[in-house]
Amino acid sequence: MTMQRDQALRVLARHVTDDIVVAVYTTAFDWIAIRSGPLNYIATGAMGLGSSHALGLALGRPDKRVLALDGDGSLLMNLGTLVTIAEVAPMNLIHFVFENGTYEANGSHRTPARNHVDFSALAVAAGYRSCHTFDDLVTFANEIGSVLGEPGPVFITMKVEPGASPKFDYEHMHSARVREEFKAALASLA
Amino acid sequence: MQEQAGTTRRSAAGVLHGRKIIDAIKASGIEFIPCLPDIHTSEGLLRPLWREPGLRMIRVCKEDEGVGICAGLSYCDKRALLLMQYTGLLDSINAVRAVGVEYGLPICMMVGLLNKEPGVAPAQSKSYGVRIVGPILDAMGVAHHVIETDADVGVIRPAIDDAYGHGHPVVLFVGGNALP
Repeated sequence: MTMQRDQALRVLARHVTDDIVVAVYTTAFDWIAIRSGPLNYIATGAMGLGSSHALGLALGRPDKRVLALDGDGSLLMNLGTLVTIAEVAPMNLIHFVFENGTYEANGSHRTPARNHVDFSALAVAAGYRSCHTFDDLVTFANEIGSVLGEPGPVFITMKVEPGASPKFDYEHMHSARVREEFKAALASLA
Repeated sequence: MQEQAGTTRRSAAGVLHGRKIIDAIKASGIEFIPCLPDIHTSEGLLRPLWREPGLRMIRVCKEDEGVGICAGLSYCDKRALLLMQYTGLLDSINAVRAVGVEYGLPICMMVGLLNKEPGVAPAQSKSYGVRIVGPILDAMGVAHHVIETDADVGVIRPAIDDAYGHGHPVVLFVGGNALP
């Protein structure tokens, strides 16, 4: 069973207030279409590093919750991040991986992990405080509120398939304006 | 860009103390140090850093993670210095390209030059890797400096201040074996 990614993100958006949201590639385009705002951190530059940027933000702003919306292809490029985050153990970091078994932003070719890698099990083995897997939208909607209240680092595997196709606006993603707005919004956060 | 070969030759007979580097790092406002070990800096710099109050050390599994961590911290107005070996820098070139150069973020890196001969400028090293790392950074437009002896430590603070003040990456090569 899987969820449509955009539907799952709509559910998640109901729980986001002044959280910092680090989102990568296709998930980022879905996310900003659902919940735009300057606290979206979408300029992660090199593929795989989203969760590392999120760790830096979590350390720099321990007073704020940081949600990392990672992709499975991205996480596979930086699996060591699970160990690093587990060792640092930021209480305010929630790390999602949206797993669809493909490098979706690069033509939807399958990943080497599809159908046989359990990302939550990897995060458990690395030492995350708690790990969850969701493949059903109703269950996710019922449980995500309490999961987001758990002390981090929390890892959440989201078994998804693409929903409605988002607009791939890389010019916007990598623009200086997006980064400047994020920095200003972060500075103004109490 | 401005590899200081002249400085390297001038002070070839000198020594490099990790204590002086640590003092310069702290004077630069650095609070976080993502790191991987490098044999040149292992005993004289990295181990003392772990004992140093006022610094948050972060063990990373791979160097480009550190680039991302430094980037996230920079948005929070927190200064960080990524400590690694030059091989790790070469492995992180794409991250430095995207996050440091193209986004204009102050990614500050202190990089051990494994196998660099004492008193020999990196460009004249017998080590292929040591020879090419400076020219690669030149091609990227990334500022870099060589710290070979205590006389070179003074470059650290202005280099870090400039990176944070103007939004660009900088590499501080440690060319000598740091003594405790």
